Amino acid sequence: MSTTLLEARQLYCERDDRVLFSGLDLSVGSGDIVRIAGPNGAGKTTLLRVLAGLNLSFEGGLSWYGYPLHQQRDWYQANMLFLGHRAGITASLTPLENLRCWVDMRRPHREELLWEALADVGLEGYEDIPSAHLSAGQQRRVALARLYLSTEPVWLLDEAFTAIDQGAVKVLESLISSRAAQGGAVVLSTHHRLQLDECRVLELGGSLGFAT
Amino acid sequence: MQPESRTPVTLRESGDGLIRAGVTTFRRELLIAFREKQDVINPLVFFVLIVSLFPLGISPETEFLRDAGAGIIWVAALLAILLSLNMLFRNDYADGYLEQWVLSPQPLAMMALVRVSAVWVASVVPLLLLVPLLGLMLHLPAERIGVLTLTLLMGSPVLLLIGAIGAALTVSVRNSGMLLALLMTPFYVPVLIFGTGAVTAFGQGASITGHLAILGAMLALAIVLAPLAIAAGLRMSVANG
Repeated sequence: MSTTLLEARQLYCERDDRVLFSGLDLSVGSGDIVRIAGPNGAGKTTLLRVLAGLNLSFEGGLSWYGYPLHQQRDWYQANMLFLGHRAGITASLTPLENLRCWVDMRRPHREELLWEALADVGLEGYEDIPSAHLSAGQQRRVALARLYLSTEPVWLLDEAFTAIDQGAVKVLESLISSRAAQGGAVVLSTHHRLQLDECRVLELGGSLGFAT
Repeated sequence: MQPESRTPVTLRESGDGLIRAGVTTFRRELLIAFREKQDVINPLVFFVLIVSLFPLGISPETEFLRDAGAGIIWVAALLAILLSLNMLFRNDYADGYLEQWVLSPQPLAMMALVRVSAVWVASVVPLLLLVPLLGLMLHLPAERIGVLTLTLLMGSPVLLLIGAIGAALTVSVRNSGMLLALLMTPFYVPVLIFGTGAVTAFGQGASITGHLAILGAMLALAIVLAPLAIAAGLRMSVANG
């Protein structure tokens, strides 16, 4: 028995006169993991940005707990975590400062949690180095440290597995499934083959999106 | 890496901690300005260069400089602010922080106001501190330097707030520097006219309260309305990204 958190009805979106998806229905409840699949250019990122409320050029309805999303934007944003292609890591700030700025915008926190989260993603000893000096994979890990601090029920992860090593991908998979088991909902796009049993796949690329 | 999150799934009420978020936004801007000093110093150097080239280019005579000095400093300050606008949101847009910031559960217009205030403190206040020095260099009498500083103190936040609207709208456009300058200059003209007008009137012994009242009205209007436009501009720009 799961509650429906986020629901999309009859989504239609086009880009440069090309229809990316139309008549797309998607319902995400607590405990759900949805993988958006499809070839490059199929509209995976666009769909995730529509769901995040970033992209507003679409037709159709989005609802959050049954309320129209655009009326509940603050409430939704307090309960949604979006990780995009661009990690949102400021090069001149240290990983610790990056993480602190991000959490402070959202909720009160204890300082130890930030250190623990950075240790959790394997960045122990890198807390005070300017992020510009970190590798691409390490910068991605700083962004992923947000997942360890997150209380948000909904995660929207766009290509979250880019630039990180295979061991870390495995850990992320179990993080995601444990999150779903706790009642969270995860929508992600990736080209990795996930080892998740309870994962639904939404195939984009035709004119019709369907969930299996 | 850990396979489990330390924090439980919690459904939260919509955005709390407005003050905490505001302080964070303010401190982050100052911290970045401190780390990336060249972004702050470049407009300052530009400002000093323009002002110091005028006496060489036109006339180093005391009478000319005393009459033109305030106008020179105002135009140079306006151009320096115009130059720094392009960097206002550019880096944060490029690395993706801007979309995370827009998605945080806080009133975006308030956050935008806080952010522009921080930029004003970090990059315009140093410029204002140089004004008395440059005023002396241009043979301006002390009282006139006082009035000039006062008008800049009231006018520069207006320039920055209006400019931030343009910066928010054009942040997703590549190489938008010149576009931004062209878009913003017409809006800067009234501020320039009343700013320099006050100093000229003061020099002629006339009352300056009228000029200051209009500058103050523009400032009040900009503080109230510009953040709303900046927020709307940022949402549009982030949607394109």
